[in-house]
Amino acid sequence: MTYPSHLQYSQDHEWLSTEDSHGTVGITSFAAASLGDIVYVDLPAVGSIVTAGSPCGEIESTKSVSDLVSPASGEVTDINDTVVSDPALINSSPYKDGWLFQLRLGDAPDLMDADQYELFTNGAP
Amino acid sequence: MPPADSQEPRRTALAGVHQSLGAHMTDFAGWYMPLRYDSELAEHHAVRTMAGLFDLSHMGEIEIVGTRAAEYLDYALVGSYGAMAPLAAKYTMICRDDGGILDDLIVYRLRADHFLVVANASNRETVFTALRQRSAGWDDISVLDNSDLWSLIAVQGPLALAILNEMADSPLDSLKYYSIAQRSIAGFPVLTARTGYTGEDGFELFCSPADAAQLWTTILEKGKPDGLVPAGLACRDSLRLEAGMPLYGNELSLDLTPFESGLGRVVVLDKSRDSVGADALRERSQDDVARVRVGLELEGKRAARCGYAVLTPSGRNVGRVTSGALSPTLGVAVAMAYVDHESASVGTPLLVDVRGVLLPARIVPLPFYKRPNRGVS
Repeated sequence: MTYPSHLQYSQDHEWLSTEDSHGTVGITSFAAASLGDIVYVDLPAVGSIVTAGSPCGEIESTKSVSDLVSPASGEVTDINDTVVSDPALINSSPYKDGWLFQLRLGDAPDLMDADQYELFTNGAP
Repeated sequence: MPPADSQEPRRTALAGVHQSLGAHMTDFAGWYMPLRYDSELAEHHAVRTMAGLFDLSHMGEIEIVGTRAAEYLDYALVGSYGAMAPLAAKYTMICRDDGGILDDLIVYRLRADHFLVVANASNRETVFTALRQRSAGWDDISVLDNSDLWSLIAVQGPLALAILNEMADSPLDSLKYYSIAQRSIAGFPVLTARTGYTGEDGFELFCSPADAAQLWTTILEKGKPDGLVPAGLACRDSLRLEAGMPLYGNELSLDLTPFESGLGRVVVLDKSRDSVGADALRERSQDDVARVRVGLELEGKRAARCGYAVLTPSGRNVGRVTSGALSPTLGVAVAMAYVDHESASVGTPLLVDVRGVLLPARIVPLPFYKRPNRGVS
C-alpha cells in the first residue's frame, strides 16, 4: 500500500493535510482496511478544542469501536456531515470524500511523511 | 513447520484459496480463517439477496457409531434421538452435570447406527472429551473425532438451491430443511445438508479435504453469474444475529441452562434413560428464570456490543448485552441481551449504556429478520 505524498501521518493512522494555519484530518486507507466497513462516526463538535494524541471521537466498524485520535491540536472549524450520514465514504475514499474534520492548527507535533508511514505500517502488528 | 508448542493457528484445506482471493484473515478459535474478502457488508447483502460461500472447516465433526448409538446420545446429549429418521438433522445441546451448556450442536443421523455431531470449533475438544467419557461402559459405541477428515463448505442464500442444482447429480429440491443426503456436487462426493446459520435457505457440504479447494473453486465460478460471493466470518456473525441465532460464548455458556437461554425446547426430560445433567435440568426447569434472552432495537446507528449494561428508564441495571450490531439488512442497531424477567416483555422501553451514553432501546421479538417465504420447503 502506498500513501499520498502531500499528507502527514500519525502513529494512530490519521492523516493531516495543512494549508497555512488550517488542517484537514481523516483516517488512512490502512486504518480503513483494518477496521472493515465503517458504519458509524462520532466527530468532535465544531468549536471544540482537540489535542494531538488524544481521543476526539469514535469510529465504529461492524465489529469494533476505535477512538478517533487527533493528529494535531487546535480548534475544530468544520466537520464532514456527509461522512456522518454515509460512513462508507471513509472506506471508499479515505483521503478525499471521507475526510472527517478541519481545524485551526495550534501545536503540530512531529508527524510521519508517506514513506515513513509506509515503513511504520509494514512494521505494525 | 512450526515447533510443536507453537500457537500458530491451524489452516483449513482452503486457507491458500482464501489468501489467493485476498481475504482478510483472522485467528478464530485457533484457526486461520477469512474474516472478510472485501466488504463484509456487501457479503452480508449478497447472502440475503443472492448467495454466499463460506468455509466452515474449523467446525468439529464427531461421529458416533454403534447399534445403540441413538440410545447413547439420549444419555450423552439433552434431546431424544431414537425417533430421528435416517438422514434427519436436529439442533441440540450438550450439558454438564449441573445443567450448564457445554455447546450447542447439530446432530445428523446418517444411518440407524451412525450419527454425525457438529460442534463449534472452540468447543471441539470439550465436546469430544465429554462424549468419549460418557461412552465409558457403552462397549459397542465408538466416539470418533473425525474433524480432520472433513472439510465443510456452506452455500447460503436465496439462490443457493439454484446454484447447486446446476452442479448436483440430482436436484436438491427434495432435500428438506434440516436433513442430509449423500450427493455428488461438481463430481465430488458430498454429504449435503440443508442447514445453516444465516437465516437464509442454504446448504452445508461436508467433503474430503482433498476435494475442498476444487469444489470451492468450481462452485464459486459457476455461481458467480448468479451473484455468489465468498463470504467471511464477519458477515456470518451479523447474519446469525439478525436471524436471532445464539452464539456459544455470547448467548450460550456454562453458566446458563438451555431453559435460561430460551432454548428449553431442545431438552427432553421424560426419556427412558436420563441424560447427563437431567436432574439439574429438571430442577432448574421448574425455577422461575431470572433473566431472559431478548431482542433489543436501539435508537440511532450506534451498536450495542457484548458486555454493555441494560437499564430501566429510571437507571436500574436489569441486564447485559451479549451480541449487537448495526443490522445491515434492517438499517437499525439490534442486539441480543439477557434482561430481568419483569423487563423482558416486547415493547418495554429500556436504555443501553453505550460507552457512557445512555441510548433508548426497546424489546422487540426475535428473530429481527425472517426470510420472505419463497416457497421453500
